[in-house]
Amino acid sequence: MIPQGTDLLQTKGLSLGYAQGKERKTILSELELQIRAGEFICLLGPNGAGKSTLIRSLSGLQAPLSGEIRINKQAFDSLSPRERARQISVVLTETMPSGMMDARMLVSLGRHPYSGWLGRLSAHDYEKIDWALDAVGASDLATRQVSELSDGERQKVSIARALAQEAKLMFLDEPTAFLDLPRRVELMSLLRTLAHREKMGLLLSTHDLDLALRYADRIWILDGQKFRQGYPEALALEGDLAHAFTSQNLDWDVEQGIFRPHRGTCIDVYLDGNGPKAIWTQRGLERLGYGICSSEESAKFSIRITDTEWKLTSGSILKNFTSLSELIDWLSQYQEPAIN
Amino acid sequence: MLFASFGLGLCILSLLNLCYGGTPLAPSTVLASLTHQADLNPVIAQIVTDFRLPRILTALLAGAALATAGLIMQTIFRNPLADPFVLGVNSGASLGVAIVLLALAPTGSAIISGLNLSGQLLIVLAASGGAATTLAVVLLLSRRVDVMSVLIIGLMISYTIGALVSILMFFSMAERLQSFISWSFGDYGNVGWTQMAVFAPTILIGLVLSLCLVKPLDAMLLGERYAQSIGTHAKQVRFFALLAASLLAGAVTGFCGPIGFLGIAAPHLCRQLFQTSRHWILIPASILLGALLSVGSDFVARGPGLDIVLPLNAITALVGAPVIIAALVRQRHLKRLFG
Repeated sequence: MIPQGTDLLQTKGLSLGYAQGKERKTILSELELQIRAGEFICLLGPNGAGKSTLIRSLSGLQAPLSGEIRINKQAFDSLSPRERARQISVVLTETMPSGMMDARMLVSLGRHPYSGWLGRLSAHDYEKIDWALDAVGASDLATRQVSELSDGERQKVSIARALAQEAKLMFLDEPTAFLDLPRRVELMSLLRTLAHREKMGLLLSTHDLDLALRYADRIWILDGQKFRQGYPEALALEGDLAHAFTSQNLDWDVEQGIFRPHRGTCIDVYLDGNGPKAIWTQRGLERLGYGICSSEESAKFSIRITDTEWKLTSGSILKNFTSLSELIDWLSQYQEPAIN
Repeated sequence: MLFASFGLGLCILSLLNLCYGGTPLAPSTVLASLTHQADLNPVIAQIVTDFRLPRILTALLAGAALATAGLIMQTIFRNPLADPFVLGVNSGASLGVAIVLLALAPTGSAIISGLNLSGQLLIVLAASGGAATTLAVVLLLSRRVDVMSVLIIGLMISYTIGALVSILMFFSMAERLQSFISWSFGDYGNVGWTQMAVFAPTILIGLVLSLCLVKPLDAMLLGERYAQSIGTHAKQVRFFALLAASLLAGAVTGFCGPIGFLGIAAPHLCRQLFQTSRHWILIPASILLGALLSVGSDFVARGPGLDIVLPLNAITALVGAPVIIAALVRQRHLKRLFG
C-alpha cells in the first residue's frame, strides 16, 4: 500500500517537443513536476499549449527531448513497456474500436500487462475487470456492444479499461470533451473520488475551467513556455489563471471565477436586489453588454427588484416589468438616443 | 461447434475435390491409389497422388494463408478493407512474372535451358522474388513512419509497379500477353511435391508466427498508442505482424498467382459468425474458413461435370464480393469496426 502523499511521479529538467532529424521544436522546457498518491490534478491551458504533448510524454508514448521522469523512484527509461503499463494507464482522445467488441472485452484489454503470452485471463483478472466496471458505475454495460454506447457511457468504459490496469497513475486527455454538462460533472466527481479512494495520482487535461476549479486538488497551467501550478483557489485569486487565458477579448472575473467577453464602452446599470432573481438579472444584463456599477448616481439605469416586479428608472423614464423576459425584451431593444 | 462444422466441411470438400476434377473417379479408386494398391492403373494412381493431392493441399494452405494475412492486415491497419495485397505483394510478384514472361521471353528459352529449370518454376521464382523485394522495401520503410503512411506507401508502390507492368505489356506480343494473363488468373495446379517442400514450410512458419501474435494483435485493435500504453511493443509487433503477412501472401502469390478476395472475405465472415474480435478465436477460424473457401472455389472453378477450367480469381471474387456486401448490410457498424 502506498501511503497518501507519496510522490508517484517526479520529473527533473524535463523538456518536451518534437525532434525531426536535426530540428528540435521545444514546446515545454525545464519542467519540475510531482504527482502524489491520492491527488486529482487538472491540467489547463489554451489550445496548442502542449497539454497532449505533456500527457503523452509522461505516459511514455512520446520521448522527451531531455530531462528525466521517475516513476516510484525508478527511472522511466529503465522500465519495460509491460512494467510501465503496470504503473501508468491512459485515456486518450483517440477513438476506440467498436465493432464486435463488448464493454467487458474492452475493459479486459486493460489486463494485458498481467496476462501471459496468449492473453488468457485468470479468475483474479476477471475479478479486477468486474471491480473496474463497478468502480465507474458501468456494471450494467458489461455485455453491451461498445458501438451501441453513448459518448458518456463509452468514456466510462474507457476509464474502466484504464482502471483495470491497476496502475497507480492515470493520465486522461480531455475526457470530458464530448460530454454534456451533467455527464461532465458526474465524470469529474467520479475521477476525484477514485483518486482519493484508491490513492491514485490522476492527471486530467481539460478546457472546463469552472469544473477544474471546483474539483481539482491541484491545478497545472500551461501557458506558452510557462508552467504554473498551485491550489485552484490560490491560482484564481493570485491572477495566474487570468495570466494564462486572458486575451484582448477576454477579462478574468476574479469574483466569479469565470472569463467574460471584454466590452469596450457600455451602459452602466445600478442593480438593487438579491437572491436568484438578482443573479440572473445580472447575467442577463452582462450578456446584453450592460455594465453593473455600484453607485446609483453614475448609472444610466437603475433596476430595483421587488417580490413581484422589476422597476426600471432612467431619468424621466419609469417602467415596471412583471417578468425577467419582459425586462430583457425591453433592454435588448433599447437604443441610446444619439448625443447632440 | 462452428469450428467442428468448418472442419467437417473442409473434409467433405477435400474429398469431393479428390474424386472430381478432370475425370471423375470413384471414391474407392481414390482410396486405392492413396493406399498404394498394386492392382490399380498406375496412371490413375499418379493422377491422384501427384496431381490432385498436392493441388488440394496447396488450396488448403493458400486459403489459410490468405485469410490469416488478411486478418492481420485489417487489424494492423485498423481498416476493414485492408487485404494481404495492400503492401504491394501482388504487384511485386506480377512485375517479376512480367519481366520473365514479357521482357526476357525472347532470350528466355536460353535462360531456362541454361539454368536447367522448368518454365513454371522460373515463374514461381520470379513472382516470389518480386513479392519479396517489394515487401522488403515496404517493411524497411514501415519502421520509420506511422501506420497510415505504411498503407499509403504500399499503395503508391503498387501503382508504380502496375505502371511498369503496363508498359511491359504494351511492348509485348499477343501470345506472351496470353501467358501473363493466365498467370494472373491464379492456379493451384503449379505446386507439385517438389515445390511443396518450400511452399508448405513457408506457410506453416507464417501461420505459427501469426498465432504467436494473438495477444498483441488484440491490443492493436485499440490503435498503436493505446496498445503501447497497455504494455505492447507496438513497432515491434507491427513489424512481425507484417512479416508474417508478407510470408503468407508472398508465398501464395509466388506459387499460385495473385488470388484476390479470400483475404478480405474470410476474416469478415469469421467476425460475423463468431461475433468477436478476439484473435485467439479469429486466427484459427480464419485458417479453417479460408481453407474451406479456397478448396470450395477451386472445386467450382474446375467446373465439376464440365470439361472446362474457369479462372480461379473469378470464382474467389464471385464468392468473396457477396460475402463482403452481406457483411456490410448486416452489420451497419462496419465502418466503426476499427474506430
